[in-house]
Amino acid sequence: MSIFINRDTRLLVQGITGNEGLFHAQQMLAYGTKIVAGVTPGKGGDWVLGDKVPVFDSCRAAVDATGANVTVIFVPSRGAPDAMFEAADAGIPLIVCITEGVPVQDMMRVREYLDQKQVRLVGPNCPGLLTPGECKVGIIPNDIAIPGKVGVVSRSGTLTYEVLFALKQKKMGVTTCVGIGGDPINGTNFIDCLDLFEADPRTEMVVMIGEIGGTDEEKAAQFIAANMTKPVVAFIAGQTAPPGKRMGHAGAIIEGGAGTAAEKVKALEAAGVKVARYPEEIPSLLE
Amino acid sequence: MKLHEYQSKQIFARYGIPIPKGRVAATATEARQIAEELGGRVVIKSQVLVGGRGKAGGVRVARSAKEAEELATQILGMEIKGLPVRKVLVDEAANIDHEIYLGITNDRSARRPVIMSSAAGGVEIEEVARTNPEKIIKIHVDPLLGLRDYQARDIAVGIDLPKEYWKQFAEICRGLWRAYVESDATLVEINPLVILKEKRLLALDGKMLVDDNALFRHTDLAEMRDVDEEAAIETEARKYGLSFIKLDGQIGCMVNGAGLAMATMDIVKLFNGEPANFLDIGGGASADKVAAALRIILSDKNVKAILFNIFGGITRCDEVARGILTALQEFRTTIPMIVRLVGTNAEEGRKLLADAKMMTAETLVDAAQKAVAVIKA
Repeated sequence: MSIFINRDTRLLVQGITGNEGLFHAQQMLAYGTKIVAGVTPGKGGDWVLGDKVPVFDSCRAAVDATGANVTVIFVPSRGAPDAMFEAADAGIPLIVCITEGVPVQDMMRVREYLDQKQVRLVGPNCPGLLTPGECKVGIIPNDIAIPGKVGVVSRSGTLTYEVLFALKQKKMGVTTCVGIGGDPINGTNFIDCLDLFEADPRTEMVVMIGEIGGTDEEKAAQFIAANMTKPVVAFIAGQTAPPGKRMGHAGAIIEGGAGTAAEKVKALEAAGVKVARYPEEIPSLLE
Repeated sequence: MKLHEYQSKQIFARYGIPIPKGRVAATATEARQIAEELGGRVVIKSQVLVGGRGKAGGVRVARSAKEAEELATQILGMEIKGLPVRKVLVDEAANIDHEIYLGITNDRSARRPVIMSSAAGGVEIEEVARTNPEKIIKIHVDPLLGLRDYQARDIAVGIDLPKEYWKQFAEICRGLWRAYVESDATLVEINPLVILKEKRLLALDGKMLVDDNALFRHTDLAEMRDVDEEAAIETEARKYGLSFIKLDGQIGCMVNGAGLAMATMDIVKLFNGEPANFLDIGGGASADKVAAALRIILSDKNVKAILFNIFGGITRCDEVARGILTALQEFRTTIPMIVRLVGTNAEEGRKLLADAKMMTAETLVDAAQKAVAVIKA
């Protein structure tokens, strides 16, 4: 079992003819993901990736022709909100948006609209999803995780790779890894994933990677205390981050004294979560 | 991106929000001329991008054009929280009867804009937020519907605004909402919005923060950025698309990815070192970009060692290695460097750096310990 994606996933790639889109579509295909279609307006009728994947002008046309049930977005930030609206209107129930730098007011409108349509969004500004051995949707490197029983949810990109790699070094495998993204307004949050991992029979323990900014980690701590029976190990990045400065991710900022790493660690420890001091310490805390 | 008070108020005025008559001046002579035009009694307000200007003596009332010139001379010579005052706003003085707070910002947790107001505005608003948060009225706005008139009325009622001002207050709320949406602001704030003795409302101060990610569709706002107000090194970093923040330590850090960059700083600290900076070279960084990043780190004279932590995914380790070599040819620095390359093309990267006399590390812990050991040696 896994969450969100598995070997039955039928993936659409929005922005498939761009540099990023094409490169990562190739990588996903090599991983074994079933990419059924791509969308680039104006390139409908083309075939890409060794003539294996048909390109359509619109999401609607792609879904009608191929039955795609998940989409991944590589469209640049100014077009990404429209790509998300389009996917939702085409009836795709799960949207994964890799794009970084989407304006925050756009994201508030997108999220409101998607919620009304009951469409799930992962991201934006995220590395996507990986169910090792079955399916990859996004940009997580192909060889850094093995199948297993640890669920991983993270606000970060390369830091997630670091953790997956550390787990693999210790022969610890993963059910699904979810990169929820580093933006202040995103789709899926920690609690959504913790809830799904708790219900997933294959997942036996969970790793949660947070960072400074906002209060999602504190809310997750409350959820863990009240609802989780499976052990959770966490890491929070940004102990040394100065207040008032955005640390790369749009959402990683200590504002008005709130959102510090210390508060998050305290809340998680109070909820019985073991908090690692550095990423490579995580595997030993899971044992 | 932060805008100055005078810039924010000019934007507010475009949306029908009443602001005082006034102009910005870069010299005391200009300030005097403006004061003369305005009839002598003016407020001289330092234009720096930090709070607490009033308490620092950066906002003063002048009773004559001559006094305006004197005060402008003083204020233009000041530094407020380390920032030199380069401009002053000279505004017509107002007859204030009462001060209100009004602002719109993004409520991250509710995922919606929130409009906030309080009858107790002015410099005390932060105190009110701490001690009597219930005195700040907050109403969330549906981002698809926008601010509705009834919501503006609800706020007027909530802050006990006398009925005679409701209509004008609602107009100001509507204007502020449009300014917020059409500028892609993350904050628009009028503090104080004053009730004048002449029985009308006036936006005495203004503050705006604009979403950097939306500047592509606001070239007019992007041009308003005051680069004098940020560290030169951060301006340079932005030019190359690098995310850089200077800190006070001795260990320079170059990392790909923001979360990993923070984790790298944290581990340096954990092993009793102090990071000199946060630096994320982003995904897929080219050799040019890496070279620029290294130049930026080396321009900080506190830096005594540099730690490279690259987890290759989209970013290729060999490309990063080429960037490091390019920069080193230019600098010939003796500062010790510790390199950890993992992931895409890590082996090729290591080979390229083999002759460059750099220390290598396998794990993050190993890298951090080596960097700290170099400093302590």
